[in-house]
Amino acid sequence: MPRTHVSCTVNGDEVDFLASDDTSLLDALRDELGLIGAKEGCGTGDCGACSILVDGRVNCACLMFAPEAEGHDLLTVEGMATGEHLHPLQQTFLEGAALQCGICTPGFLVAAKALLDENPEPTETEIRYALAGNLCRCTGYDKIVRSVQEAAVQLKGAAK
Amino acid sequence: MKYVAPTSVDEARSLLADNPGSRVFAGATDLIPQMRSGRPAPSLIVDLKRIDQLIALGHDAGSWSIGAAAPTSMLTRDAGFSAMFPGLSEAAGLIGSDQIQNRSSLGGNLCNASPAADSVPSMIANGLQAVIASGDGTRTAAVADVVTGPGQTSLADGEFIVEFTAADTPANTSDAYLRMIPRTEMDIAVVGAAVRLTIDGGVISDASVVLGAVAPTAVSVPDAEAALNGATVDGGTIDDATLAAVAEAASAACNPIDDKRGTIVYRRQVAGVLAKRAANIAAQRAQNGA
Repeated sequence: MPRTHVSCTVNGDEVDFLASDDTSLLDALRDELGLIGAKEGCGTGDCGACSILVDGRVNCACLMFAPEAEGHDLLTVEGMATGEHLHPLQQTFLEGAALQCGICTPGFLVAAKALLDENPEPTETEIRYALAGNLCRCTGYDKIVRSVQEAAVQLKGAAK
Repeated sequence: MKYVAPTSVDEARSLLADNPGSRVFAGATDLIPQMRSGRPAPSLIVDLKRIDQLIALGHDAGSWSIGAAAPTSMLTRDAGFSAMFPGLSEAAGLIGSDQIQNRSSLGGNLCNASPAADSVPSMIANGLQAVIASGDGTRTAAVADVVTGPGQTSLADGEFIVEFTAADTPANTSDAYLRMIPRTEMDIAVVGAAVRLTIDGGVISDASVVLGAVAPTAVSVPDAEAALNGATVDGGTIDDATLAAVAEAASAACNPIDDKRGTIVYRRQVAGVLAKRAANIAAQRAQNGA
C-alpha cells in the first residue's frame, strides 16, 4: 500500500505525516500523530465522536481520507485548552457534569466550539440542532446543553 | 486503493479515462460508509474538491452555478441563494448533521442515487440542469434524467457532474420542501415532497410537484401540478378542494416499498399530506414575494 506524505496544520502546529491512501484522517490523527482525543464510535458519520474542525468547520474525521487533510487547518480537542487553562466549554462540561463515560465528550466539545465561534448567543433549540450529529448514551443531553449555554455566557462576558 | 486530487476538470477527465475502476467523490459521506459495510473499494478515488469550479457557488447573468462538490452548508449559508430557492436550501439543510453538511454535496446526493435523497426533489422542482464532463467536452442533462433507479445513474464510465445550473426564478415564484422522519434530525426520509409555484395575479400559473422516498427514483406528479395550475391563492392560502386534489394525486403517484422506516400505506398517506402542506408554504412564500 503506497503511503502519501501529508502536510497540514494541527492545533496550530505545522505537521507532516505519512498515511496509506485508504486510512481515515481519524486513524492518522490517532495512530500517526498520537492525538487520541477524537474517538471512533460508529465510523460512518452518525455519532460525531470523531468531530474535529477543518478550517473552522466541524467535520467527522472518520469520513475523511487522511490525504484530504493536505494544506488544511485542523483543530482537535487537544487544541482547545490554552496551556493549563481549559477552554470555557471544557470547564463548564466539568462543572456541569456534562459527561459520564466521556467517549463522546471530545466530539461534543469540538462541535460546541464550532457553534459558539459562529453563533455566540445560540438559543437552546439552536444548540440542540447544532449538536444533533453528536450522540451521547449517558447524560440524556440536558447537562450538555446547559453547559454549552453557560460557556456561551462566560465567553460573552470575557469578550467584553 | 489510491487517492488523487486533481486541480482541473481536464486532469480529472484524464485520470478517469486512464484508470478504469476509478471513482470520483466529493464529501465521501456515502462512499466511506459503503466501503466500511463491505463494498469493494475502487482502485482509485478521485477527490473533486481541489477543483475550484466544483466547489464554487456563483450567480451571474440570471443564473446560478452550484459546484457539484460544493458542501451543502455553502448553500444554506448563502442568503441570496436561500432567498431565491428556500425549499432547495431547506432540503440541503436536512441532509445529516452539521458535520455531514460541511461535506455533503448536491452532486454526491444526486449520484449516490438513493430514492430518499433529500435535495433531489427540490432540484427537479426548480428545473436544475447538470453540466456533465463527458469525453473531451461537456453535456447537459436535466437533474430528473440523471438517476435511473436505486444506486443507478445515466452517467457513463468516466463522466462526472461538474456543476448544476439554475435559472433565476420568475417574479412571485417560490418553493418548499417537507420531509417526514420519525426523529427531529439525523434520519433518512420516509417521504419527501418538493413544490414550486409561480403566482400571477392571484392565480397559480406554474406548478411543479416532486416526491422523494416513495418510488425507485424521485417522481414528478403531473396530476397534482394540473390541479394547482389555475387555482387561486387568497391570502397565501390555496383552497381546500385544490389541496385535496393535490394530496390525492400525490398519494396515487407513489410506488413505495415497505421497510423499517414506513409501510406502503403509510408512505402513500404521508405523501399526500406533505404535498399539500408544501404547496401551501410555497404559495405563501410566492405571494409574499419571497
